Amino acid sequence: MTILQAKNLSLKYGNHYVFKNLSFKISQNDFLCIVGPNGSGKSTLLKCILGEIKPSSGEITFCKHPHTQHIGYLPQNPSINLNFPASAYEVVSMGALNQTRLFSPYPKAKIHTALKTLHIDNIAKQQFGTLSGGQRQRVLLARALVASTGFLVLDEPSNNLDYQAKKDFYKTLQNLNSRTTIVMVTHDLDHHNLIGNTILSLDPDFPFFGTTNEYVRKIHA
Amino acid sequence: MLSILTEMLQYDFILRAFIVGIIISLCSALIGSSLVLRKQSMIGDGLSHVAFGSVAIATILGLAPIEFSIPIVIAASIFILRLSQNSKINGDAAIAALSASALAIGTFLISTNHGTNIDLNSYLFGSILAVSQHDAIICFFLGAIVIAIFLIFRRQIFAITFDELFAKAIGIKVSVHNTILAILCSLTIAIGMRTLGALLISSLIIFPCLSALQLSKNFRQNTIIATTISIICFIIGFAASYMLNAPTGATVVLVNLVAFTLCWIYSKLPE
Repeated sequence: MTILQAKNLSLKYGNHYVFKNLSFKISQNDFLCIVGPNGSGKSTLLKCILGEIKPSSGEITFCKHPHTQHIGYLPQNPSINLNFPASAYEVVSMGALNQTRLFSPYPKAKIHTALKTLHIDNIAKQQFGTLSGGQRQRVLLARALVASTGFLVLDEPSNNLDYQAKKDFYKTLQNLNSRTTIVMVTHDLDHHNLIGNTILSLDPDFPFFGTTNEYVRKIHA
Repeated sequence: MLSILTEMLQYDFILRAFIVGIIISLCSALIGSSLVLRKQSMIGDGLSHVAFGSVAIATILGLAPIEFSIPIVIAASIFILRLSQNSKINGDAAIAALSASALAIGTFLISTNHGTNIDLNSYLFGSILAVSQHDAIICFFLGAIVIAIFLIFRRQIFAITFDELFAKAIGIKVSVHNTILAILCSLTIAIGMRTLGALLISSLIIFPCLSALQLSKNFRQNTIIATTISIICFIIGFAASYMLNAPTGATVVLVNLVAFTLCWIYSKLPE
């Protein structure tokens, strides 16, 4: 079932096109990886999906689906002060703000489920800044999970993670994908390290939208 | 200590200043946590100088100082906020320029206006004698508003303080909450300037949070510790200033400095 459709999407600043005539669709429980070289507009496209940037032409249509009610977002290199006195639990709870009224309590069950799903319930009371890079990224993913109703948008989430942490993180994403639609921008995806079932390439020399298997075939052709 | 306080609080004007001081300590610690953690501590400093300039103008014009300075300080805080967000001017430079200009205007007006009998030191360093009953009532209501609004929006304030980008992405109106925070900061400075002084009120915003940061592991704990330290330091500083016949603002700031040093030493001790 299609939950998001983009038709002839273009964005230009002055005379320079960031991307031109992009068309793609995202179905329920898809895991779409957006790839491309630096400056090809991957993060900008995410901001268009999030509604932060309006495309110059074309349109993005969200279909009425529980997954698209609230989108969970994991920004690229979030500028977080690591001396900030916030516990992992407080950071994850922040995700519930978009679904909580001013005087209502946070949805504790949803927060605890996210903590357990990402195996960080044991570090919930620890200060965010004292956690390892991999643990911090899991906390931020849990926050995005709490904020979402089944649709995650991740902007280069494996940045600054070492090989093992990256591998673990991708495994977690694949597990989450059974009940969550994921759109992920990544720059370190090569044909030895493919995840997700769909790929959108913004590389001007190799434009592509299709399944991961087709992408691999095309690369080797 | 208790007997000194009991003796002091027999006087109406001291009791007024004491209550106002407690309210200011509470407000400044609450607002300070956000400003310090967002590395915007200098906003408090800049706004207190603007408050000094506006109080000087109000006094010369024969207007009520607090009422006159509140809208001006609020306008200045929103101006600083917009300038640091949208302009090519560096935020720190904008605050420094505004702060120095306001201080210069205040000093110039007070010094050149020979028709008025204004004690410059009482504005710069505060005076407990300066708190009238009218001022105390205004401080009480404004303080209650600051505390209530902070408590209502505490989650949103935490979110924009911790990660503004994410807060924006999940639909929190970041610019609205930044403006709320700027207004709360302005109100705190406007009500605190008369007792603590233009040069010292900003330290009351910064010190309690800095001390609490040495001890706390989460935001809730940090807010509670900062407000507790702020109130305790005010009570000790207030009593000490009475005993030593020293300026209240300066004494309270010195007690805060001692508290910060002790918290810092404690944080360095092996667990």
